[in-house]
Amino acid sequence: MKAVITVMGTDKVGILAKISTICAQQGVNIDEVTQNILGGTFAMIMLVTLPEGGIGFSDISALLRQGGEELDMQVTITRQDTFDAMHRI
Amino acid sequence: MINTNDIIETIRMITDENLDVRTVTMGISLLDCADSDPAALCRKIYEKIVRRAKYLVPVCESITAEYGIPIVNKRISVTPVAMVLAGCPTANPVDVAKTLDRAAAEVGVNFIGGFSALVHKGFSAGDERLIAAIPEALAQTDAVCASVNIGSTKSGINMDAVAMMGPVIRRAAELTADDNCLGAAKLVVFCNAPEDNPFMAGAFHGPGEPDCAINVGVSGPGAVRSALEKHAKGANLSGVAETIKKTAFKITRMGQLVGEIAGKALGVPFGIVDLSLAPTPAVGDSVAAVLKEMGLESVGGYGTTAALALLNDAVKKGGVMASGLVGGLSGAFIPVSEDAGMIAAAERGTLSLEKLEAMTAVCSVGLDMIVVPGDTPAEVLSAMIADEAAIGMINSKTTAVRVIPAIGKTVGDRLDFGGLLGYGPVMPVNTASPAGFIARGGRIPAPIQALKN
Repeated sequence: MKAVITVMGTDKVGILAKISTICAQQGVNIDEVTQNILGGTFAMIMLVTLPEGGIGFSDISALLRQGGEELDMQVTITRQDTFDAMHRI
Repeated sequence: MINTNDIIETIRMITDENLDVRTVTMGISLLDCADSDPAALCRKIYEKIVRRAKYLVPVCESITAEYGIPIVNKRISVTPVAMVLAGCPTANPVDVAKTLDRAAAEVGVNFIGGFSALVHKGFSAGDERLIAAIPEALAQTDAVCASVNIGSTKSGINMDAVAMMGPVIRRAAELTADDNCLGAAKLVVFCNAPEDNPFMAGAFHGPGEPDCAINVGVSGPGAVRSALEKHAKGANLSGVAETIKKTAFKITRMGQLVGEIAGKALGVPFGIVDLSLAPTPAVGDSVAAVLKEMGLESVGGYGTTAALALLNDAVKKGGVMASGLVGGLSGAFIPVSEDAGMIAAAERGTLSLEKLEAMTAVCSVGLDMIVVPGDTPAEVLSAMIADEAAIGMINSKTTAVRVIPAIGKTVGDRLDFGGLLGYGPVMPVNTASPAGFIARGGRIPAPIQALKN
């Protein structure tokens, strides 16, 4: 299953390391990463693939949220279908 | 990969601008529950609702978790109960309402609509019994919502039913006077009621609908206001309309996605997306704020009707491209107590009932969630219904009246319903007596607009 992880907040050391470590530990493959400063806010976006039969969506979501709290940043994970539906005709 | 800005825009729409799917409503037919034995009738209704809607709430919760789309309400609409009562002359309609309430509690939905009668051309068996029982049914249940369709473009207006509904609204408020007259807030009187509307309190599952269907109501006035602020600063009104269309498209696509997934997961056909801008009392989630963003000092002033017409039309144009199956009410809602901007304008006195009536000619519904003085005579309420129904009938659109007489209160006081229903100041009402007109009864004949064949 393809999903999009977004990380938003104030830029600091170790954001990519923290989030990618959580993904690696759970067998979640990172397909693409982009990061930007958008309107003064740091924003990192990862396109990831969740392993078939691996960690459940709610579990990885909880782990990422916890990682976000430790970084004091807003972290979300959403199935790619949502963005496809809203932004592609 | 998808454009970064698109992803951030979606996340911000949801986290900062209150974008959500307002309701996923499962429509359930009760036609096969008819039984001449009252106990069997109630048992069949309860069993069917619970069987069909057992997984509605968990499915919606898992969609929210995985797709990141908040689904605020999970609800049920059923066949107008008067139709099921017709075959059971000894059934007490209040017992059926209590059955609906128990079933709603069992499956975890917050409202169940369909304690309804369709009487736009006249009364059949069950209709008058149901209408008479509405105040008691709403007072004795928590989740049940009632509606009555008293007119249509095709059939005209049933003025006997209009005369009946003024006292019914008053009684519903009186019986719940110790609970902010909440009964009247759960009762809608319609002209041209849609059969697939997912929004409460007027949702019911029409007789032409399939056995079961999933209907989705989207929302997002906050996202529209924000898009206008970001992308239409200094634009002329064609530019404003274009921005609204694009935002409505995105909002509707989200609703379409949710409807398709929910229908598939529940094994139920996906019915429609209702393209509505439904406000909430939350700051920023306001249709009035969208109108202000277009350049009005306050909703209710001159220019409001034109701005609302533009908004309503652009929402439909953007939304209709985004969904293959559009239905329900589809347009901008203007409930007073559920919209922070409307509440503020009503409190300031810049928004009057007369202006609201004009606005209903160009928005998707009608006089909605308006608190009126507790001593408003029943015939004035009936005449208010007649006027709204006339606007709907002549313009081939849905109109409705959901007014709440604040028993024991007057202008300057307010009712506080809490939650999504919000709060509303008591608004002044023109009480010049329409008693003679209402007492005539009969039917206002179908207008010439009905003859389209």
